[in-house]
Amino acid sequence: MKNVKQFLVGKKIGMTQVIDENGKVVPVTVVKAYENEIVGVRTLEKDGYNSVCIGYDEIDEKKLSKPQKGQFNSGAKYRHIKEFRVEASDSFELNSKVDFSTFEIKTKFNLQSKTIGRGFTGSIKAWNHQRGPMSHGSKNHRLIGSIGQATTPGNVKKGKKMHTRYGNETVTIMNLELVLIDGQYLFFKGAVPGKSNTVFITGVN
Amino acid sequence: MSQYIEEFEKKQIVENGYPEVTVGDTVIVHKEISEGKKTRIQRFQGLIIKKTGQYSRESITLRKIVDGIGVEKSFIITSPLVKNIELVSKGKGRRARLNYLRDRKGKAALRVKKIDN
Repeated sequence: MKNVKQFLVGKKIGMTQVIDENGKVVPVTVVKAYENEIVGVRTLEKDGYNSVCIGYDEIDEKKLSKPQKGQFNSGAKYRHIKEFRVEASDSFELNSKVDFSTFEIKTKFNLQSKTIGRGFTGSIKAWNHQRGPMSHGSKNHRLIGSIGQATTPGNVKKGKKMHTRYGNETVTIMNLELVLIDGQYLFFKGAVPGKSNTVFITGVN
Repeated sequence: MSQYIEEFEKKQIVENGYPEVTVGDTVIVHKEISEGKKTRIQRFQGLIIKKTGQYSRESITLRKIVDGIGVEKSFIITSPLVKNIELVSKGKGRRARLNYLRDRKGKAALRVKKIDN
């Protein structure tokens, strides 16, 4: 895992556009930062590596089991915990919040989220295969076609691209520029995969 | 659309005092363009054939005929580069989008029923 400079957990709200100082239209993704809290600090001496754990999406205490509750020291309990590796974890204090208002405009961030799940798809959608002719007597419309040779070697090559479950995978979009901060909302230039869902924001080293 | 984004886009709207224009109107848009280091105002007169978007995303598409060739240009109304919008004449466009004008030639190319003020 790579060390990150700045980090945050947010929720994708949607897309819109803003106009910059030159009058150019900039497409932006709006991300709402979760109310978060640092629930754990890992140090090199104790754990062998430096990292910071963030709890986000507050939850009622009753809904958690005892081992889950043990993760949190203070009163607030969270549904999820996300760990970020950092260069040095000394400067991070337990039960403090990640202050994203100090994020600088125009710095670049990596945004990570899950793509939209497509379910079970054919090879055309999943792997961009060609389709057969749709008319002139063709019966091969969207078939997969040959998947290998005959008796020799007598098996299908491992990793052959076939119909499969597609989407719902974690994707990182790199170097998205922070355009604007409006309270809890952060505006990044460009698109982020997935519907309105959880997005992990990490600073570019 | 998310409620926050809608409110944000409403906040971006700048009060400009332009006349209210609709599809079918003929207008002149004054837009600042930069040529090298200089900037100047370019006027573009045309018929509004399309209006899209809401709030700060609202834009109009103008069409005019230059030497028998159709020219279309679209402008974001709230853009700071758009300095003024002048209303030349009101028209009655009976469609939301006057795309059918693209197939027309000659006198009929930009013919929309005029409304007298």
